Amino acid sequence: MPNYRIHKTEYIDETKRVSFKYDGKTYFGYEGDTLASALLANGIHLVGRSFKYHRPRGIVSCGAEEPNAICQIGSKKDLTEPNVRATELELYEGLEASSQNCWPNVKFDIGGINNFISPLIPAGFYYKTFMWPKSFWKKVYEPLIRLSAGLGKSPTEPDPDIYDHKYVHYDVLVIGGGVSGIIAAKMAAKNNLKTLLVDDKKILGGSTIYQNNESIKIDDKLSSEWLKNEIQEIKKLSNLTIKTRTSIAAYHGYNFLLAKENLTDHLPEEKKKNKIRQRLWKIRAKKVVIAAGSIERPLVFNNNDRPGILLSNSINKYLDYYGVTCGENIILFTNNDSAYETSISLHKKGIKNIIVDLRKSASSELIKQAESLGIKIYFNHVVTNTFGYRKINSLEIMKLSEDGNTTVGNKIRLSCDCLGMSGGWTPMVHMHTQSGGKLDFRDEDQVFLPKENSEDQISVGSCNGDFDLENIIDKTVNKINKFLDIDNQDYQDTNIICSKENDKRNIWLLPNKIPLGKTKCFIDFQNDSTAKDIKLALKEGFRSIEHVKRYTTTGMATDQGKLSNMHALGIIADTAGVKMGTLGTTTFRPPFTPLTFGTLVGRNVGKFFEVVRKTSMHEWHVENNAEFENVGQWKRPWYYPKNGENMHDAVQRESKAARDSAGILDASTLGKIDIQGTDASEFLNRVYTNAWSKLAIRKCRYGLMLNEDGMVYDDGVTTRISENHYLMTTTTGGAANVLSKLEDYLQTEWPELDVYLTSVTDHYSTASICGPNSKKILNKLFPNLDLSDENFPHMSFKEDKLKNINCRIMRISFTGELSYEINIESKYGHSLWKMCIEAGKEFNLTPYGTETMHLLRAEKGFIIVGQDTDGTMTPSDLQMDWIVSKKKYDFIGKRSLYRSDTIREDRKQLVGLLTDDPKEILEEGAQIVSDVKSKPIDMLGHVTSSYFSPNLNKSIALAVVRSGKTMKGQKLIIPMENKNINVTVSDTIFLDKENKRLNA
Amino acid sequence: MFLINCPFCGERDQSEFSSGGEAHIVRPKQPTELSDDEWAEYLFMRKNIKGIQFERWNHVHGCRKWFNIVRDTSNDKILSVYKMGEKPPVNYK
Repeated sequence: MPNYRIHKTEYIDETKRVSFKYDGKTYFGYEGDTLASALLANGIHLVGRSFKYHRPRGIVSCGAEEPNAICQIGSKKDLTEPNVRATELELYEGLEASSQNCWPNVKFDIGGINNFISPLIPAGFYYKTFMWPKSFWKKVYEPLIRLSAGLGKSPTEPDPDIYDHKYVHYDVLVIGGGVSGIIAAKMAAKNNLKTLLVDDKKILGGSTIYQNNESIKIDDKLSSEWLKNEIQEIKKLSNLTIKTRTSIAAYHGYNFLLAKENLTDHLPEEKKKNKIRQRLWKIRAKKVVIAAGSIERPLVFNNNDRPGILLSNSINKYLDYYGVTCGENIILFTNNDSAYETSISLHKKGIKNIIVDLRKSASSELIKQAESLGIKIYFNHVVTNTFGYRKINSLEIMKLSEDGNTTVGNKIRLSCDCLGMSGGWTPMVHMHTQSGGKLDFRDEDQVFLPKENSEDQISVGSCNGDFDLENIIDKTVNKINKFLDIDNQDYQDTNIICSKENDKRNIWLLPNKIPLGKTKCFIDFQNDSTAKDIKLALKEGFRSIEHVKRYTTTGMATDQGKLSNMHALGIIADTAGVKMGTLGTTTFRPPFTPLTFGTLVGRNVGKFFEVVRKTSMHEWHVENNAEFENVGQWKRPWYYPKNGENMHDAVQRESKAARDSAGILDASTLGKIDIQGTDASEFLNRVYTNAWSKLAIRKCRYGLMLNEDGMVYDDGVTTRISENHYLMTTTTGGAANVLSKLEDYLQTEWPELDVYLTSVTDHYSTASICGPNSKKILNKLFPNLDLSDENFPHMSFKEDKLKNINCRIMRISFTGELSYEINIESKYGHSLWKMCIEAGKEFNLTPYGTETMHLLRAEKGFIIVGQDTDGTMTPSDLQMDWIVSKKKYDFIGKRSLYRSDTIREDRKQLVGLLTDDPKEILEEGAQIVSDVKSKPIDMLGHVTSSYFSPNLNKSIALAVVRSGKTMKGQKLIIPMENKNINVTVSDTIFLDKENKRLNA
Repeated sequence: MFLINCPFCGERDQSEFSSGGEAHIVRPKQPTELSDDEWAEYLFMRKNIKGIQFERWNHVHGCRKWFNIVRDTSNDKILSVYKMGEKPPVNYK
């Protein structure tokens, strides 16, 4: 097996050998490696196939910008992760990784045929091809696209890992632990500011930490040595927190940032167990220093995507940090000085290399150093083509014309096994723009830079366009002193020698004699978009960068165009003949690098997904086999199946029992608002449609609440407990919103009213007993209470004690039966319920759930707000004009009740429906029509509630129908998939219109 | 995510608050006197300004008090916070 690890470095522990599997084969690396460096050490460049053409692709970079080396990690159904960047994944014992987007394997991939038919797959291929015939979409195109779309495989079972969230507050947050970040963090922390420094790598130091060129020095030391000292120093600072393996995912307004900390991804399997895998930090910082650095740009030339073609600086990092060389015969292709650092490093390690430089000449110290070492440099030359299928083996260069627009002279063929590209540097302005910052364009080196740093956010170092060390240190120190309003002198006498110059010859699309249509000059490696695609999009009329991006999919892969966006912009600007700075950029959206769903969700999974509210009777319901229904956050008994009953049978039995003898419902979840104050009556007058001032003490009244637009909002019974004291009930789901609405009016519109609102929903538990025998049961529970109709009539309120505990008893009914609601302090709710059940035994007191409650009230035509209404129903639409006071001058929503739209007679109105076949039960939500022959069919309304009534022995339904009020007796049709159901419009009250049962 | 300086509790995270839309829209004292158009103006019409906007906010997961803020919608900066019933700061008119 080849070994490309050619020297020792302090970052690789050669005493700790690590074995891992890649595409099923076992390899070895060392502790300190990433998967990418370990693969390269084993001579493996080819790691995947491109998305569209399935071209062989190799490792390009050494960081977050990697477009090609994305892997599937692990193979278990619950523990596999796609699209992991091999360049960021730290190697651990037992790691299993495989390449993606290839079949049967990465070396021989059937999809590779796409490369040869590529003229048939131009930009916008999908939009152009999958248009017609229309009938093909569902059966042919969509399945086809789904089959080939997506990279990697998702896990198919729940994620067993633990994730965590943490909220923190800091005076200063520093993003990035390179030279400028370390200086900024030190200055802040030494000035007594609570500081957090985050970096996505395992160790601090950025790209300076492995710098070893003698011509780049700080205080007479190698810059890496100097920086190591600094790192030692800041580790001693007590108010500085350093978080490595932590990357900022999002930068929101008001300096609120999300960061992902990787805690166990680098550990071997057995050490991961029972530990938190990733933690999402939610950071609020008073000030943020962005020192995110920059990434190297590739160059755009024909066949620039072969395995073995990397970014020049990445070759340098693999060499000086990991001890791995990317080849033995390397060519570096550059338009600036930084490739020379790589070249000199390679040369010193004995790796043969030559330089192809776009510039006509250059004369910095660094270049002189390379020249004096005898490194061959081709100035004013351009790479025009590369060769080699699974790995580059040679390339062609040509001389550039004077203006750089074309090539001249003869081709020179050079052999190589690796090509480094350096197109200069792109400042990472993602964080700056995510925070709302704007960008400026600097023409000299064609970079976008942060504009106008705000008073609480600043960019320093190379992400601010300061590329050489001298500039980085001086500018950072000055800016930080000003930004934090401090006067730090630590770096006053720092002596910096930097031999690099910022001179560059920028050509976005490199010239070539071959027509563009026959070249493959890749811009976005992962999504396979080429210079040709961009030009085609422009030819077809696309102008906005946002449109070109979507049409060509440039920058839309998992790397979000970190390497490609600038070239796409440059080629658009050149082709359209406009200045690049005027084009703007595409929007930089979070997250910076992909986040796992687990990190975002944290602990809120399973039973912590949402708050669950249970009544104090809940245990009894569980013990008695209740099926539960979620109503808002509440768990409410839905029905209580007995002896294997299904829902229908249980509901029929419960409903019959409630009307024939007695039923009991847990009504604790209804919203309860305690209203007190001298203006309580006036307040109710204003919020309900009916009048309240004359309600006698100890009486109850049903109220309907509207929105200001006249639409029904909530309903419920309110009891006057004393002169200035009411207890309002609301629907279960509406409780919180009603309270908020009432508070809003009290605080903003009517602050003069003396009214106090308190939510007491959780303070009381409620058992509602209904049915002809309910009075007898009440009598057993409260033997001293006079239950006669004279003393305790319908819609009235009494207080009594149950074993010395105060109870509030209302005689109110939502079923149409004689009915009592007993309220008791919640801690006694369970006991109350059990005593009711015990007392009711001889009367077959049957517990019933929400489904039976719905059925019983539907028999009586009582509405449920939210089921029979949907925010577009007025009281009149519900045939409830009786509850709207004509006398009151004003109440919420009154004026809207006679707007031109609300008085229309053809509004949808609530009606009853009876099916011609009494056994036929309608589906809730079904459409209602009068004629199925005319087209288009005129939709008149829909069914809102539908049940089979055991008490009437027939199917009943409520519905909203256009002009329904005038349609009583009319025949309508419910068209279903297989048949049409004939129905007749009826009254909304199906049972006991005379209300005799209330006083039975 | 905003940091909002509740006039009763101090600086809190936006997630504790709910927005109540445009401020200083006073409910008409005599709605019955209004034409459909006038009522619709109160009921439906809201400005959606790029720039200085007056807004109602409620510290719903805190003191539950309503208050007003002045916010520059172009950069989300909250320029001023004041209690219900207080006049908006004149310098932002």
